[in-house]
Amino acid sequence: MNVSPVLDRQPLVTVTSDGLYCPPGDFHIDPWRPVARALITHAHGDHARWGSQRYLGTSPSVGLLRKRLGAEANISTLGYGERLKLGDVTVSFHPAGHVLGSAQIRIEHRGEVWVVSGDYKRDPDPTCLPFEPVRCDTFITEATFALPIYRWDDTRLVAQEVLRWWDGNREAGRASVLFCYALGKAQRLLAELARLTDREVLVHGATHALVECYREAGVRMLPTRPVSEMEKGTSYAGALVLAPPSAAGSTWMRRFGEHETGFASGWMRVRGNRRRRGYDRGFVLSDHADWPGLLRTAKETGASRILVTHGSSDTLARYLRENLGLDAAPLSTPFEGETED
Amino acid sequence: MHRLADLYEALDATTSTNAKVEALVGYFRDTPPEDAAWGLFFLTGRRLKRLIPSKALRQWVRELTDTPEWLFDETYAVVGDLAEVIALLLDQTERPAATEELPLSRWMEERVLPLAGLSLPEQRERVTGWWHVLPRRELFLFNKMLTGELRVGVSDTLVVRALAQHAGLPPAAVSHRLMGTWAPSRAFFEQLIAPDVSDGDRSRPYPFYLASPLEQPPAQLGERDAWLVEWKWDGIRGQLIRRQGGVYLWSRGEELITERFPEIAEAAASLPDGTVLDGEVLAYAGGQPLPFSLLQRRIGRQKLTARVLAEAPAAFMAYDLLEQEGQDLRGLPLRERRARLEALLRDRPMFPVSPVITAPTWESLAEARHESRSRNVEGFMIKRLESPYQHGRKRGDWWKWKIDPFTVDAILLYAHPGHGRRASLYTDYTFAVWKGEELLPIAKAYSGLTDEEIARLDRWIRAHTREKFGPVRSVEPLQVFELHFEGIAASPRHKSGIALRFPRIARWRSDKTPRDADSLERLEELLHAPA
Repeated sequence: MNVSPVLDRQPLVTVTSDGLYCPPGDFHIDPWRPVARALITHAHGDHARWGSQRYLGTSPSVGLLRKRLGAEANISTLGYGERLKLGDVTVSFHPAGHVLGSAQIRIEHRGEVWVVSGDYKRDPDPTCLPFEPVRCDTFITEATFALPIYRWDDTRLVAQEVLRWWDGNREAGRASVLFCYALGKAQRLLAELARLTDREVLVHGATHALVECYREAGVRMLPTRPVSEMEKGTSYAGALVLAPPSAAGSTWMRRFGEHETGFASGWMRVRGNRRRRGYDRGFVLSDHADWPGLLRTAKETGASRILVTHGSSDTLARYLRENLGLDAAPLSTPFEGETED
Repeated sequence: MHRLADLYEALDATTSTNAKVEALVGYFRDTPPEDAAWGLFFLTGRRLKRLIPSKALRQWVRELTDTPEWLFDETYAVVGDLAEVIALLLDQTERPAATEELPLSRWMEERVLPLAGLSLPEQRERVTGWWHVLPRRELFLFNKMLTGELRVGVSDTLVVRALAQHAGLPPAAVSHRLMGTWAPSRAFFEQLIAPDVSDGDRSRPYPFYLASPLEQPPAQLGERDAWLVEWKWDGIRGQLIRRQGGVYLWSRGEELITERFPEIAEAAASLPDGTVLDGEVLAYAGGQPLPFSLLQRRIGRQKLTARVLAEAPAAFMAYDLLEQEGQDLRGLPLRERRARLEALLRDRPMFPVSPVITAPTWESLAEARHESRSRNVEGFMIKRLESPYQHGRKRGDWWKWKIDPFTVDAILLYAHPGHGRRASLYTDYTFAVWKGEELLPIAKAYSGLTDEEIARLDRWIRAHTREKFGPVRSVEPLQVFELHFEGIAASPRHKSGIALRFPRIARWRSDKTPRDADSLERLEELLHAPA
């Protein structure tokens, strides 16, 4: 069931074949096809897509957006909270706590306020500013982990668990290969671990480039070295290696000799998800809001209407409707949230 | 329970077989025997009689966590494991890191087992009380005990290997001592790892020797003369024990099925004491085996009425002699065991000896194999005449050369999420064939696709869902699959009127359109074909 927002007034955001569109402002948000003007919530591939004529993002995300969209892309920036008039609306970006530079987008039109959350989380993250609840009339929320079993532990505990795993493997003379997203998760882990140790971590090439972006933005993390710089025949015994999940099972893995594998993801909360992929260890760590985070956020925005995108959107909308008495409906988009692979 | 939780965590945190065995050996070494016995009980997949209906557990956790039923069902479909979903839902507040340690045996004997005698409200009070205080990982284990099954990703073989290593015994001896029914107690565990191998339990079966499927042409087995060939009987593999005045019939699944087959038990009473036969329980009359579907009636019934006994008479087709006059014969060559078997069972019609097929060459044997279906057998068993009776599936001496299965092209109609490892994927499918313009479900199947195909089909199912019924989805009838099955029987319980035996997916026929799928008439022809 896909319900487009039907209001007395024109909706401020609709879904078109190109993406989320704001008619009175004449711009798209995180469009999935090239458009004239694109406002970008954050630099993940399913939100920042190549080929639009003009982009607008947050100042702290500009380095990452350049990497994603290419040197030629026409990108302008706005600081958090800074207002800009576009057509008949006023827009501003507000921290979403998802990854470096990630934002919710607030749109105001003749006294009515809509907020598009992009991806967000409520847990502290040393690599980005915390989520800021923004009062609004309509809130468009993500729903990647919208089931009551998804609840995140304190990130510091997860970091300790990772360190214990690494130490155990070090003692046994094994490498530890931890799969995690190259953008966001890897840097968050490196920043969390920096509170516990000062050892160097090896990183996959894809991860390395993005770690450099974070360093340039002043995020404190463990020292890193790209695997590609290691000499042939190096022993990886005792090393911690961060790599994107796509490297799992590839020939790239052969060099590590005896090793254990781990995966850091919210999906690891469910045992079957880990076993199906054959990882030795699963660390429950997500850059998306957990179930209590989603519910709390829906309430804190004070919105009278909630539209729910990607993930378990039907589930969250129904729960908000039936159990919290909110006006809520799913909104169909091709955003992926945290994919399982 | 801390030790079992530690072990579970260690087993769960590695995919390495050696690391698992090491963790198991450590557990058996460091755990008091009365607790290790219970640990072993769960590790080997044994389960308690259901103490609490799972419906009640669901209801309690929904009440405690304020979860609406539809949301619980959706969540359960994603997790695929009731014990886990309960533990995850309850894991809402800061849980205690560790409680006072109560050893596993006391947990079981003082808390879990006594639940059996209590009313539902009393059960609720106790169980939810423990739910509140147990740390997360023990909460999960506790739920596993209540819901009956504690799969930990270790096979019985690994457990046996670890026990044998701990006890300094050959794995075969440990495996033998673990057969049959036993109570998890200190005495049992001590006897299990005791060096003295004079085993007292008169009901205990020997571990079954299992044949491997023959994948190469039989001529590659070498000289025809070195092999004994029999029909592969389509019944229930069984071990019949006559010891110290008692009779015990075990199925391969280590279930005692003596009472299901009173005529066999009665006839076995006249066998000499100290006899153990390996063979097949068959539906059997007038010197001929009957179709397996008849035997199924015997298994399915709660009560064996005189009518059922008359409709589906059973016999024990013997093919090996494992013990005679109390002596373990498994080390003797098959040639010798077979000779003794024939002498022992001469003139005992309830115990026909599986006939030897005399076709003198591999070629003539291949010819004779065509008779399999009309004889209600599944092909051939090929056994090396000089081989001892081994245990488990050791390749090389026993081969099964099965006939090709039946096939049908059917259309995917419904999909259901799997459990455990496959919990968030649609992996269980219902297939249909045409009856005129209508599609009638004929079989459920889940095995046979590669992980890659399962993932691809899962995406297709999500994108082509017509309706959702709780966790089940009906899909557009577009995908054709070739199914294999071993047999077909009339079944008034099914709308299609037929039931397939061992249906599984052979191939995803993306080259076929729904119109190419088979019709019910074609299957009905198989049903009425001369047996």
